[in-house]
Amino acid sequence: MARAISTPRKVTLTAVAWIIGLLIFFPILWTILTSFKPEAQAIADPPMFLSFDWTLENYAVVQERSDYLRYLMNSVFLSIGSTVLGLLIAVPAAWSMAFVPARRTKDVLMWMLSTKMMPPVGVLVPIYLIFRDTGLLDSRVGLTVVLMLINLPIIIWMLYTYFREIPGEILEAARMDGAGLKEEILYVLTPMAVPGIASTILLNIILAWNEAFWTLNLTAANAAPLTAFIASYSSPEGLFYAKLSAASIMAIAPILIMGWFSQKQLVRGLTFGAVK
Amino acid sequence: MPTLIRSLLGATALTAIAWSAAAQQTNITIATVNNGDMVRMQRLSDHFTQLHPEITVDWVILEENVLRQNVTTDIATGGGQYDVITIGQYEVPFWAERGWLMSLDDLGEEYDVDDLLPAIRSGLSVDGTLYASPFYGESSMVMYRTDLMEAAGLDMPDEPTWEFIREAAAAMTDTANGVYGICLRGKPGWGENMAFLTAMANSFGARWFDEDWEPQFDTEAWANTLNFYMDLLTNYGPPGAANNGFNENLALFQTGHCGMWIDATVAASFVTNPEDSEVAETVGFALAPDNGLGRRGNWLWTWSLAIPSSSDAPEAAREFIAWATGPAYLTLVAETDGWANVPPGTRQSLYDNPAYLEAAPFAEMTLRSMEVADPQNPTVDPVPYVGIQFVAIPEFQGIGTQVGQIFAAALAGHTSVEEALEQAQELTTEEMEAAGYL
Repeated sequence: MARAISTPRKVTLTAVAWIIGLLIFFPILWTILTSFKPEAQAIADPPMFLSFDWTLENYAVVQERSDYLRYLMNSVFLSIGSTVLGLLIAVPAAWSMAFVPARRTKDVLMWMLSTKMMPPVGVLVPIYLIFRDTGLLDSRVGLTVVLMLINLPIIIWMLYTYFREIPGEILEAARMDGAGLKEEILYVLTPMAVPGIASTILLNIILAWNEAFWTLNLTAANAAPLTAFIASYSSPEGLFYAKLSAASIMAIAPILIMGWFSQKQLVRGLTFGAVK
Repeated sequence: MPTLIRSLLGATALTAIAWSAAAQQTNITIATVNNGDMVRMQRLSDHFTQLHPEITVDWVILEENVLRQNVTTDIATGGGQYDVITIGQYEVPFWAERGWLMSLDDLGEEYDVDDLLPAIRSGLSVDGTLYASPFYGESSMVMYRTDLMEAAGLDMPDEPTWEFIREAAAAMTDTANGVYGICLRGKPGWGENMAFLTAMANSFGARWFDEDWEPQFDTEAWANTLNFYMDLLTNYGPPGAANNGFNENLALFQTGHCGMWIDATVAASFVTNPEDSEVAETVGFALAPDNGLGRRGNWLWTWSLAIPSSSDAPEAAREFIAWATGPAYLTLVAETDGWANVPPGTRQSLYDNPAYLEAAPFAEMTLRSMEVADPQNPTVDPVPYVGIQFVAIPEFQGIGTQVGQIFAAALAGHTSVEEALEQAQELTTEEMEAAGYL
């Protein structure tokens, strides 16, 4: 039986939750408000909360100066492409480690995770040289592969965790019914792990969308995604906060909307196992 | 059948024409920063492509530090991603020496290389060869509130001393009303607080290295510099000065919180623009201060355009640079955006132009500031390096930023001036030993 919670306690908890939520959301709210301010009022001291001259000029300027759609399409291509490519490798890898573990499986998993511990700048020059020699600089294909590789350990780890919670007996039963490896993964394992795979996909898309180091270093004019679009609005000399805010909102809006609609799956996938 | 053959032949001819036209097109990629003048250049680049329909232009605009990292990686590895790059005076000497930049000695007669300001041209040349063409140049100077100065009963000379600056800062400070006598850079970084402090140190007789590359932070001249800077900012500066860079101080000055601000001359057009500045009508200008030692505390910087050796379209890149940094571009900007918005600080002819002098009240002081800056002889005592607010060696970016962090910590009150100088001396010595200078 659920424990009864008193009304004052409920009100307090709700208030605390709202305050924490608003605190976390405040930077985004402030960015949204700043994007509607004239540049001079964006830096006003004391800061202006709502009583400023609302304007859409910053969005118009950003739209006029930059080819937003090109950056957006690059972001979509890179995040979805790297996720699909990553899943093609990660699903069989996670399956083998979850259901056919070897003596060194745990070491392999740790080794994969350890690649995330190295600062990316440590391998920038070698990767840059490989890209230069293979003609992949400023190409969406090359960047998709890099984003897939940097997120692969996380995808494998997440899928491995979900697969581990699926009873091996179910797969054994499928095998006894004559299912081959392909059928076992496609028709038995995957449907059972859908919540886990869905949250893995969503998380990977978000990570790829927000990745800034490689996307800024390996692109120039053709493959640059929205991270480069944002970076183009920061200025060392001159007022730029309002336009930068407008560019930031335009860059995060698609992923924010996607996250909003899929938050239920994302939270469920991240907080529960596959068969709970 | 004859109709089909005719159609096929026609289609083939059209394809061939289209193919040939495409083959003649040259695409150049230009990497630059998001400064107002560069944004204007991007906007006006349609004029260039109309003049050169055979050239198409792609733009990569990035934040300064990101751009510097990208361009450095690209040029050092011969990546060939960019055909025109935006660099400063800092990079030109050693990039040119390593053969990473193409010579720009043949930009054509219309370019008029002799019109370039001598200090700017010299800073972008190696052994008399121009390796980058200046797009806009800047020095630093004192910008001050004429109304506050008058209320304080003082009169700013054209060539103030540091002592006068201290006296004026004390007289103008009115913390109760949020007015601080002086705003200076405190944010750490080789291009932030260290740009200001290095230039200031020159006027105090200090230098980064002696002629044998021995670091000089243990000298009295550096102690005097840092003590004076701390005294100014802690007594008469805004709160949290250790976090203030160019943009933060610009915001403070424009909203009436600073009596004086010593910073880039390019700020003059911002603080006198009534659309953005609340104090536009009451701003005066003076040369950066000195201590009577023959050097002023002003710097010299140029954003310039160069061609990496790895570019696969150097001729088209050269055409673009000749257009964007030639005298005709200044006239084009004047026609479209007015004389006050013309990129300053590169050509003598601009400062001989009465229309510009009338539109830009800060023009004369900007030119004088640039004329007194000498990157080849930046300090009172001789030094083995070139550069006023930087030391033109590859290691300086790293060392300058780390020393900037040490000094910012002292400004924030975490360490004393003596400790900061000791740490700076130790760190710089270590880095210079590791780099093989010592």
